[in-house]
Amino acid sequence: MSEGLLKGRVWKFGDSVSTDDIIAGRYKFKTLNMKELAKHAMENIRPGFADQVKPGDIMVAGWNFGCGSSREQAPRALKELGISCIIAKSFARIFYRNSITIGLPLIECPEAVDRIDEGDEVEVILDEGVVRNLTKKLEFKAKPYPDFLLKILREGGLIKYVKKFGRLPW
Amino acid sequence: MGKTIVEKILSKLSGKDVSVGDLVVAPIDYAMAHDGTAPLAIKAFMEMGGERVWNPSRIIFIIDHVSPSTSIGTSNLHKLMRDFARKHGIKLYDVGSGICHQIMVEDGYVKPGYIILGADSHTCTYGALGAFSTGIGSTEMASVFLSGKLWFKVPETIKITIADEPPSWIMGKDIILNIIGALGSDGTTYKAIEFDGSVIKKLSISDRLTICNMVVEMGAKVGIIKPDEKTKSFLGDNLGRIDIVEPDKDAEYIDEYLVGVSGLEPQVAKPSKVDDVTSVTEVEGIEIDQVFIGSCTNGRIEDLRAAARILKGRKVKDGVRLLVIPASRKIYLKALNEGLLKVFLEAGGAVYSPGCGPCMGGHIGILGDDEICISTSNRNFAGRMGSPKAKIYLASPLTAAASAITGKITDPRRFL
Repeated sequence: MSEGLLKGRVWKFGDSVSTDDIIAGRYKFKTLNMKELAKHAMENIRPGFADQVKPGDIMVAGWNFGCGSSREQAPRALKELGISCIIAKSFARIFYRNSITIGLPLIECPEAVDRIDEGDEVEVILDEGVVRNLTKKLEFKAKPYPDFLLKILREGGLIKYVKKFGRLPW
Repeated sequence: MGKTIVEKILSKLSGKDVSVGDLVVAPIDYAMAHDGTAPLAIKAFMEMGGERVWNPSRIIFIIDHVSPSTSIGTSNLHKLMRDFARKHGIKLYDVGSGICHQIMVEDGYVKPGYIILGADSHTCTYGALGAFSTGIGSTEMASVFLSGKLWFKVPETIKITIADEPPSWIMGKDIILNIIGALGSDGTTYKAIEFDGSVIKKLSISDRLTICNMVVEMGAKVGIIKPDEKTKSFLGDNLGRIDIVEPDKDAEYIDEYLVGVSGLEPQVAKPSKVDDVTSVTEVEGIEIDQVFIGSCTNGRIEDLRAAARILKGRKVKDGVRLLVIPASRKIYLKALNEGLLKVFLEAGGAVYSPGCGPCMGGHIGILGDDEICISTSNRNFAGRMGSPKAKIYLASPLTAAASAITGKITDPRRFL
């Protein structure tokens, strides 16, 4: 993730997308193969999602994205599909921690969500917390990450961080 | 400025005088993972180059989500857990032991003032005994396996006081569903909740566990109750760090709510949102296909007694399936000795070995298209229990049992 710049086409969702919506429980107990799981991502609420998403695409959603179960398979499946960032009005707590831990950047920015539509081109500068809607030529500012979380994201997640530095960041 | 319970616990264990918003690192008393999350944590632990866990006696593995296994894939993940546990000397509760949260409470791992992390969102349950406990994901759990500690942001605390004269039939489930309905599924995101008031004092430990179990359904990090005489008699000799689990009189809360329960009716969450809560009288008569009594929310002996009280000498409606799953082996045995299982079987129900059952659609009782279930579990998201076209209503064991008899959602007060 060079300089924390992310860019992609937007997939838009509503409020309270649960981790059951992202990946249903019935799949996750059988395998650790994320490629297999990712095929079923979002299928309950957006059939065909896994086939249509392109690497770099960005998800935009309303309040409380990722509510429900602690399953880390949810952000992992989205990352596996190539989702580069999720922008939402708010995130559920465990989903938020899990996403950073596995190296999937999240941006909490209600103003941006209201002004982004499905299919828009959006750019995110992670280090500065800047969201740009390139289609509508609008710019928004979200709260940037604390340093140690940004470091984890820059390394692509906690596992890669530990592999590189030989220790945990805390 | 005074401190709330979570500020006291995080101050004590991080060794700093913390306040809201601080980022702290604290040692963990117990770390728990189950068959839905432990395999991925083990994989992450190995990818991080982990060789030895920080303290095997502080890690608990529990096979409860798909237990016993129903596929080769699941069996291989269970095997991965057993092999890792054996290699590292970790205690593993195998098939039939029960649901992780019940075992953690029942086998004495949960103590006041402890910090307990579980790779499961309902780890917040243990706050009922005064523990700071919350859910994390698998990779963070792997980092706890490595180091025995984790970072926390000190949460703001909301105080919810539950007062009034409670109706005789009321259960913890009715109270917490009512609160979730009022505050919404993201009403307390990232926050800690302290429950207090005359009603909390009257409630059993079982009902308190039900209440704390569901705080995550409104986004909370922790739900916590100051230990009292009931907690002490439940815990026995080891009271943990009970001295630090009392809020200061001048503690600062971000919000304070007063909840009255005297006029409350039995509560039901409608499909497919946990915060879409109404009185049972508003949904009475809706026909159902399946009734599930069990889960970490409502699979305790008190819940089974409540259900049996209604089902005794009565029959489950023809065409309706009643599944009863005690939350642990100990509860199963107690229910057996008390004759409760006989009541369920004579009524025409099915009793399964302890575990999570249909709650998250892993096995046992998966719903088909357009089927309707009333369940004592904690989530009713579309697709949670099988088909995304199925509908799930959440209610107390009393309401679920009454509904099993009529085949329709039913006010349990008709049978009491």
